[in-house]
Amino acid sequence: MAAIYSLYIINKSGGLIFYKDYGSAGRMDTNDSLRVASLWHSMHAISQQLSPVAGCSGIELLEADTFDLHCFQSLTGTKFFVVCEPGTQHMEALLKVIYELYTDYVLKNPFYEMEMPIRCELFDINLSLTVQKERVALLGR
Amino acid sequence: MAPVAPRSGDAIFASVERVNAELFTLTYGAIVRQLLTDLEEVEEVNKQLDQMGYNIGIRLIDEFLAKSNVARCVDFKETAEVIAKVGFKMFLGVTASVSNWDADGTCCSIVLEDNPLVDFVELPDTCQGLYYCNVLSGVIRGALEMVSMKTEVTWVRDMLRGDDAFELQVKLLKQVPEEYPYKDDE
Repeated sequence: MAAIYSLYIINKSGGLIFYKDYGSAGRMDTNDSLRVASLWHSMHAISQQLSPVAGCSGIELLEADTFDLHCFQSLTGTKFFVVCEPGTQHMEALLKVIYELYTDYVLKNPFYEMEMPIRCELFDINLSLTVQKERVALLGR
Repeated sequence: MAPVAPRSGDAIFASVERVNAELFTLTYGAIVRQLLTDLEEVEEVNKQLDQMGYNIGIRLIDEFLAKSNVARCVDFKETAEVIAKVGFKMFLGVTASVSNWDADGTCCSIVLEDNPLVDFVELPDTCQGLYYCNVLSGVIRGALEMVSMKTEVTWVRDMLRGDDAFELQVKLLKQVPEEYPYKDDE
């Protein structure tokens, strides 16, 4: 079964504002997840500068032996990325949906402070539903 | 292939959830009225409305980008067009037009013929200095700031003051480079 291991959201200054893991594989403690987030933020920035193509917007997909990492960066600088089983499909679409959920349930929450860690129950609920649907769709294939 | 950027906000407007227009208009009226009561000075109310708009704009921009599928604009001209045609339609249900470009393309006017915020409004003599819709200028300023454009947005024409349309002047002050790391040793 294709699986999503974990989801990260990083604010534009590179701070981890949301982390969630799914299932047992690739589980990390808080320190490790913070480390991955800041590493990814820096690597993403470096990739933009190293790219031979002008106007490069950074790494979108990192493929490793044991996982794939799909990244989406909004024009406002917030990065969303999922770590999943190699070869998992439709992750770009999933990240777009997560971005929409973020605008609806995080940014529209008047008590959420910009750039701070996300603690919004409605976001959690809707995110779980979305990821679950994604998993069902994967199972059905 | 990159998704084709929409030239109008009609499709998005049709798909997002909406509230009753009258409820929206009256709620905004109540807010302005309350601010006038609390702050007393018309100038202060203008400032407060602008600040409220700014706070809305810095959050609203992400929803706009997430749901409208517009790609990065190549220049400020395209940005203004997108705000007028897609942005205003998506969030206010009306379309604006862009005109009065200056020579170097950094200053233009966004003209609104129709403005749902003022449906029932008549400015009394005591509030002549009030920019009733000042929240809108704040929203544009806030939203553009989040995509690295510092702007100054001012009202040029206001139907509540007897003009024939609403006209916002949007002036691009500077484009903040997005490159990271920011060079702080220069």
